[in-house]
Amino acid sequence: MSTMKCNIVSAEKEIFSGDIQMLSVTGSEGELGITPGHSQLLTSIKPGPVKLTLDDGSEEVFFASGGFVEVQPQEVTLLSDVAERASDIDESKAERARELALRDQENAQSDIDFSKAKAELAEASARLQALRKLRKK
Amino acid sequence: MANTKEIRKQISSITNTQKITKAMEMVASSKMRKTQDRMEMGRPYADRMLTVIGHLANSNPEYKPLYMTERPVKSIGVIAVGSDKGLCGGLNINLFRKLLPFLKEKSDEGIEQQFCAIGTKARVFFKSYGGNVVSATEKLGDVPSMESLVGAIKVLLDKFEAGEIDQIYLASNRFLNTMTQEPEIKQLLPLQPEDTPDLKHHWDYIYEPDARDLLDGLMQRYIESLVLQAVVENIACEQAAKMIAMKNATENAGNLIDELQLIYNNARQATITQELSEIVAGAEAL
Repeated sequence: MSTMKCNIVSAEKEIFSGDIQMLSVTGSEGELGITPGHSQLLTSIKPGPVKLTLDDGSEEVFFASGGFVEVQPQEVTLLSDVAERASDIDESKAERARELALRDQENAQSDIDFSKAKAELAEASARLQALRKLRKK
Repeated sequence: MANTKEIRKQISSITNTQKITKAMEMVASSKMRKTQDRMEMGRPYADRMLTVIGHLANSNPEYKPLYMTERPVKSIGVIAVGSDKGLCGGLNINLFRKLLPFLKEKSDEGIEQQFCAIGTKARVFFKSYGGNVVSATEKLGDVPSMESLVGAIKVLLDKFEAGEIDQIYLASNRFLNTMTQEPEIKQLLPLQPEDTPDLKHHWDYIYEPDARDLLDGLMQRYIESLVLQAVVENIACEQAAKMIAMKNATENAGNLIDELQLIYNNARQATITQELSEIVAGAEAL
């Protein structure tokens, strides 16, 4: 049976690379079974299992939490998301990042004061030390 | 006698410090190698995406995605990537030193600035710099995950989509080799479209659902993956810089110990000589 090249990559690492007979995945418009010679296709995929039939007939299953599949007749590339993506989850993460920044701005004043005080303290103690040394002599 | 004792104490304390810096150097060098591998692992994703985006953009010339549209620049967003921990030489300082004139130039042109701070050191920098930080994230660890970055980036991307900012820049360190890391500021958005002739094929994809949604989704992920790459690279830089800094510290400690040892020996010799002369003088007096 003919085979095609398959790459499954995510932003963090390469998950799979090798020759396969078939790839089954849940596309945004429905189930897809991709075999060698498939016409060029680009689709987003839904979170779910990705089933590979390897060149020796054995099967391997990965979990993809969404992403894209790019199909060429002799090659298929799955660009997998690393984490579950949904607009509300993204939004809550964005909210957290925003809060952190906001907290920084609110605290900026006090923190600067703190570092200023620290610098003043260091200067004062250095003076004191110098005075002591002078007195000893 | 008190003098020799003091010097001995100092020597032993420096020896302890030297042991610590030596250990930190070794930890950093092993971490650096791992992070370098991680840097390589993320590349295929970004490369593949760029190819697909290039193809999509070329085969859909009638659709000009927002992320590729140049607008008059009134306001910019800057993503600054700093390290989480210090003790890594001038790494962060060099980056901020490069960033400051850039920001000044932009503000002289009357361009507003908004910042996204990634990493503790970047946060601290903006705290004292006092810019308008709209999002921040930190404590990413040695293996930064996309998850911890998505939120911070999204804030800027949303603003870009809403037209509040017109350009997004990424400031981070580039890993050239173990000895050199170079701070770099590059433009993320709008994406400069690449007209590679070999992308103009005669075929086109079948799109599900449709080309525009796919293109937008791909671009967002592409930007995120670029930032993730930058963060990973910055960590490799951090470890390399830390390794060098700790190596220097270890060497300096060694030099200091040698010097102190010399002083110690001199002092010891001096007391012995003194004692001897005292004994001789005492014997003569008898």
